[in-house]
Amino acid sequence: MDMKTPLYDCHVAEEGKIVPFAGYLLPVQYKSGIIAEHMAVRNAAGVFDVSHMGEVIIKGKDALNNIQMLVTNDCSRMKDGQVKYSPMCNEEGGVVDDVLIYRISEEEYLVVVNASNRHKDVEWMKAHLFGEVRLSDISEELALIALQGPLSTDILGKISEVNELPIKYYAFKENVNVSGISCMVSKTGYTGEGGYELCCKNEDAVKLWELLLDAGADEGLIPCGLGARDTLRLEAGMPLYGHEMDDDISPIEAGLGFAVKLNKENFIGKKGIIDRGTPTRTRVGLKITGRGIARENCPVFIGDKEIGRTTSGTHSPYLGYPIAMALVDVDNSILGAELLVDVRGRKITAEIVEIPFYIRQ
Amino acid sequence: MSKVLYAKSHEWVEFLDDTRARVGISDYAQNELGDLVFISLPEEGDEVSVGESFADVESVKAVSNVYSPVSGTVKAINEDLLDQPELVNSDAMDAWFIEVENISDKADLLTEEEYKKLIAE
Repeated sequence: MDMKTPLYDCHVAEEGKIVPFAGYLLPVQYKSGIIAEHMAVRNAAGVFDVSHMGEVIIKGKDALNNIQMLVTNDCSRMKDGQVKYSPMCNEEGGVVDDVLIYRISEEEYLVVVNASNRHKDVEWMKAHLFGEVRLSDISEELALIALQGPLSTDILGKISEVNELPIKYYAFKENVNVSGISCMVSKTGYTGEGGYELCCKNEDAVKLWELLLDAGADEGLIPCGLGARDTLRLEAGMPLYGHEMDDDISPIEAGLGFAVKLNKENFIGKKGIIDRGTPTRTRVGLKITGRGIARENCPVFIGDKEIGRTTSGTHSPYLGYPIAMALVDVDNSILGAELLVDVRGRKITAEIVEIPFYIRQ
Repeated sequence: MSKVLYAKSHEWVEFLDDTRARVGISDYAQNELGDLVFISLPEEGDEVSVGESFADVESVKAVSNVYSPVSGTVKAINEDLLDQPELVNSDAMDAWFIEVENISDKADLLTEEEYKKLIAE
């Protein structure tokens, strides 16, 4: 049985095309369509219901020690109000999930996890906890709304005090008063644009959603669905669990080496990552130069030699041509290399290009 | 104007005479697919058969097959769609995909009224 987020009725009212996703009924797009929603975020602003994401609190005297063991990044120098991105690995160095860690206080952290991995993650974390620490899964009490795009601060500033908002990328503030609604506001997102993610109680979600839509109406803000969320993160070169990484793919192979701190004393998966040695495959960006759209799991060739597979792909609304990410042999991952991608039995041409495909001005 | 009929798989067919017809996808289908960004078409002279896929339509999100409501030979393709797939979104009934000649067979086709009932279900 698929669950509904507190905003389900808003999605239906906005003519969202509802699909099951990660156990929830969510809109893949609204009446404007994926391309218009995508471009609204690039040029103005958009709002997304991401309430399906999971939220886990890790609290206690040994909270930091546990976080440090669970994730590959180093959280030891985090300050209150900071957010950090990190893969969470299994013993073999594959990825259990990629998460955001919010330091609420020295002894309390909020971990935001992918909806599709929530139950797996909670089991995994619980099985590895030690010392004086408590874990609580509060996902079903909270709603999460992403406000993304260059006009996000102007819009949110209309319904809150600008000096109460976080300023730096990957910072957050608690108890921000958004027209009477208490929100945790972070300067984070999954679109390659500036913007915020607002976390509130379920019962306040509809009011917050409507406040944001009203505040942004004159700026061109529209609601955006899962479709635009995927095309935006792809253009921004951001990995998606189950595509660019999974239980077998290491974070190094996925191009997430910046968030793996092998000089940290210990963490789950450290030995696995070291034992794997120098990676033989790596993530690259592809610009499709032939006619067609490469989606995930298309074989990639140089000449007749198969060198890997695509992990995600779509038509890029901003760039106007198809793009993809692929996991390929390191030896063949040279920028500018001409490749062939097998799209349902037809080989089309592609070129290795830099990730991200899109960088905001 | 000649009569337009529909296949249950959401293609329309307009018979130009007994053995010639143009084929496209319905307005309902384009709306369900969303913004189209790529269309592949067969070549002139290719054979198409009832119920078999003759084209791919790709939206931002997904790819779908287009099934032929008739059997025959491709006489012409609408080359405009190769560069401007969005024409299908703006006017699906005008944006024909292929013209078929030597038609030897056709699917069970619905009248416009019957088709409207089908999509209303």
